[in-house]
Amino acid sequence: MANIAHEMKAIYVISYRELRKFIREKSRIMGTMARPILWLFVVGGGMSRLVRPVGGINYIQFIFPGMIGMTILFASIFSAISIVWDREFGFLKEILVAPISRFSVVVGKAMAGTSISMLQVLILLIFVPVLGIKINALQFLLLLISSGMLAFSLTCFGILVASRMSSYEGFNIIMNFLVMPMFFLSGAMYPVKLMPPVLREIAYANPLTYGVDGLKNILLAGASGTTMGPEYPAIVDFAVVAGFLAVTAVLSNLSFRRAA
Amino acid sequence: MSNITVNSLVRKFGPVTAVDGISFNVEPGEVFGFLGPNGAGKSTTISILCTLLAPTSGTASVGGFDCVRDADAVRRSIGIIFQDPTLDNGLTAYENLLFHAYLYGLDRTKAKKRIDDALSLVGLDGRKNELVRKFSGGMKRRLEIARGILNYPKVLFMDEPTIGLDPQTRNLIWEFIAELKKNTGITVFMTTHYLEEAEFCDRIAIIDLGRIIVSGTPGELKAGLQGDTLKLSAADPKGLEAEIREKFGMEPKVTDGGITLTVKQGDEILPALIRGLSTKIIAVSMTSPTLNDVFLSLTGKNIREEGSDPYGPMRSYARKNHGGH
Ligand SMILES: Nc1ncnc2c1ncn2[C@@H]1O[C@H](COP(=O)(O)OP(=O)(O)OP(=O)(O)O)[C@@H](O)[C@H]1O
Ligand SMILES: [Mg+2]
Repeated sequence: MANIAHEMKAIYVISYRELRKFIREKSRIMGTMARPILWLFVVGGGMSRLVRPVGGINYIQFIFPGMIGMTILFASIFSAISIVWDREFGFLKEILVAPISRFSVVVGKAMAGTSISMLQVLILLIFVPVLGIKINALQFLLLLISSGMLAFSLTCFGILVASRMSSYEGFNIIMNFLVMPMFFLSGAMYPVKLMPPVLREIAYANPLTYGVDGLKNILLAGASGTTMGPEYPAIVDFAVVAGFLAVTAVLSNLSFRRAA
Repeated sequence: MSNITVNSLVRKFGPVTAVDGISFNVEPGEVFGFLGPNGAGKSTTISILCTLLAPTSGTASVGGFDCVRDADAVRRSIGIIFQDPTLDNGLTAYENLLFHAYLYGLDRTKAKKRIDDALSLVGLDGRKNELVRKFSGGMKRRLEIARGILNYPKVLFMDEPTIGLDPQTRNLIWEFIAELKKNTGITVFMTTHYLEEAEFCDRIAIIDLGRIIVSGTPGELKAGLQGDTLKLSAADPKGLEAEIREKFGMEPKVTDGGITLTVKQGDEILPALIRGLSTKIIAVSMTSPTLNDVFLSLTGKNIREEGSDPYGPMRSYARKNHGGH
């Protein structure tokens, strides 16, 4: 099956390109890693003095799953938006005129976003022992799987959005009206069940809520049933994220095909 | 069998008809040139031929494959150098070419060999591992050409390959194309504004407003002209035109600041004209036919009227407002 091997090669090189550029730009790595670490220690550290530990979990531990979620969200969306850059700088033509399917282009981009996200998640996981969170090998594996699924689905979501953007001007709108609200209304910083009713309804409709909750199920299992702990059974989180992944995977392909 | 076949091709963008029913063939091993002013429809035609754009009507095929129904087969047989840059500035020259090689299904060892060959062909072997961001415009263009031939295409499309390059680099690229043609028998479809370049082509088509006005070898097109072109500048071009019409029974065209006249024997008519005219003439010139004259005689305008001097409007603005410095 020379054809499948060819498509695999294309998927590989499309994702390799972006990973290569990400690793090459040291300032970009520093910049993206600074955000969650600052939040964790400045916001989390500060709030820990105001918020008493609940169920054995202090505030800085409470927001750690949310920081992983935030890192994945930003990395994935940023990576997907590179489609808009590629279009603006002409490189997209080089990809579109090649003898490979549009499907492989989307998969390659999705893999790129996923691997860049996972690289950052791995760096963040260094803080697990620092924060006094204990996980075993199985939990570590589950953590990687949940993060990977979330990253893949969010990158597909980003591709869906980016395919519809004709220029880079829309970027600020996306950041302010989509990415930031998704982050704040995901239970990353504040338990969803304690939000005001309207915001709570929005948070329930936010797929990232379940992604973050899934991470809480792994990292904050001890606090289950308290305000600081996970809010849904792990299986619910998994099902919602898997459903989101399936939907965004299909829609990103349809939308990219139409735009390309 | 022709390598490129285009039949009654039309492409509309809303109210604009960019390509308006063109037909032509390009034979294997030919260098075929599309010559026309800005907005003539050259790039649109290339986009359709390389499957990036669907035609509104008509058909196009490349290498025997239909550009719409068999797009994948077309893509496998072509190389393309787009008008606007399409390199990734954040990658090295080598990485840009490797990316391309993998998109075209080459394996690693084959890719590496071809990349080295292609880079030395365009004289960039020393810059292999440098970021493209640090390249000059001419180096980038050469790298794009190296990339275009990496997959050994049957047909190579080049949309204004030498635009913005210095004469030296332009010559280099032309030598390279001639070499490529000799060694590989590749078919080249290229567009250009530069009339001198059109002369390098085996055949050209002159396109304006989406239509092919005329096509043939550069020699044929020039032979179709009446002869030499005389240009007479005068402060009163209209008066000059009227006088020539009246006294000599010829049909001059009024152009900017003067008239042009196409005559069989310029060297005999020119002295007679100057002796016989009473309108004050500022300057005269005579040229044997060029492709610009072909274009001029067919469309009534110079091919370089627009686009050749990007500062033109600014200069005339400056003149108007600063009393002619
Ligand atoms: N995507 C598009 N949407 C709308 N109009 C377009 C589009 N692409 C081209 N056109 C229009 O089609 C016409 C032909 O454009 P085209 O780019 O083919 O010209 P060209 O001959 O390549 O010109 P140039 O020498 O400036 O590159 C122009 O009027 C242009 O405005
Ligand atoms: Mg063009």
